Amino acid sequence: MKVELKVTPDKYLPHRYAGASGDFNPIHIDVDFAKQVGLPSNILHGLYTMAQVARANVNAAGGDPRSLKRLSVQFRGMGFPEQEITITGKVKEEREDRVIVETEAAQSGKRIIRNAEAELTQPPQ
Amino acid sequence: MPVNAEAIGKTYPPFEYEVGKEKIREYAHAVGEDNPIYFDRAAATDAGFRDIAAPPMFAVVYSAGAFAPALFDPEVGINFSMMVHGSQEFEWGEPVCSGDVISTVTSVKDISERGGMGFYVFETVSTNQDGQQVVKGTWTNIVRGVS
Repeated sequence: MKVELKVTPDKYLPHRYAGASGDFNPIHIDVDFAKQVGLPSNILHGLYTMAQVARANVNAAGGDPRSLKRLSVQFRGMGFPEQEITITGKVKEEREDRVIVETEAAQSGKRIIRNAEAELTQPPQ
Repeated sequence: MPVNAEAIGKTYPPFEYEVGKEKIREYAHAVGEDNPIYFDRAAATDAGFRDIAAPPMFAVVYSAGAFAPALFDPEVGINFSMMVHGSQEFEWGEPVCSGDVISTVTSVKDISERGGMGFYVFETVSTNQDGQQVVKGTWTNIVRGVS
């Protein structure tokens, strides 16, 4: 089982994610506001990036979302629109019915989600 | 200002969220999901779901209304200008489908201080209309400059 997914959120993705999730914190959608509070630009929602980690792991397990039993992540560093995110993961532990995957998300060489752990049911053989 | 741990154990009234297929579509589109079970009723029921399925991370949508009152509670006392989302965990149970009514209860699990940073840990437990647990969320927010 191999976890690998690449995705490049476009310029307006944070606006769509804000609408979809209800999180309209201006650091995600207003470049001027973000700069005023010392950020280089508006930043991605951490939970958007976590959703990419979830998607990458579900896809690797065969595509059924019921296979994802648990996902824990640590948010480190900021994600930005218009830059490619790479999700990777490797199996850390295999039990009879469960797989534990160590996974992370990186952008421009920096890990923006690290120490993430996904618990999945074994994919159908 | 040092952290105030008095709110540990506090729980908030349940928040109800009715899941709709157009909201699932909007969310699934925003996060790049393309599995037809999130868009098409026949595809979802063929795959064994009761109705159009919600992606696992849709948990943030139905939990948000339950989580916000805790986050903004003056007794918890978070300084938002210094807050970042530190970590997050979800444990999923019964899948969530369009038409479900999800009730979420939030509690303050822990408030602590380490190295000048405040750690605020909240737990949300969401159950569906049949009383089945659909998700348990653990939300850790870090606030800089608390001491």
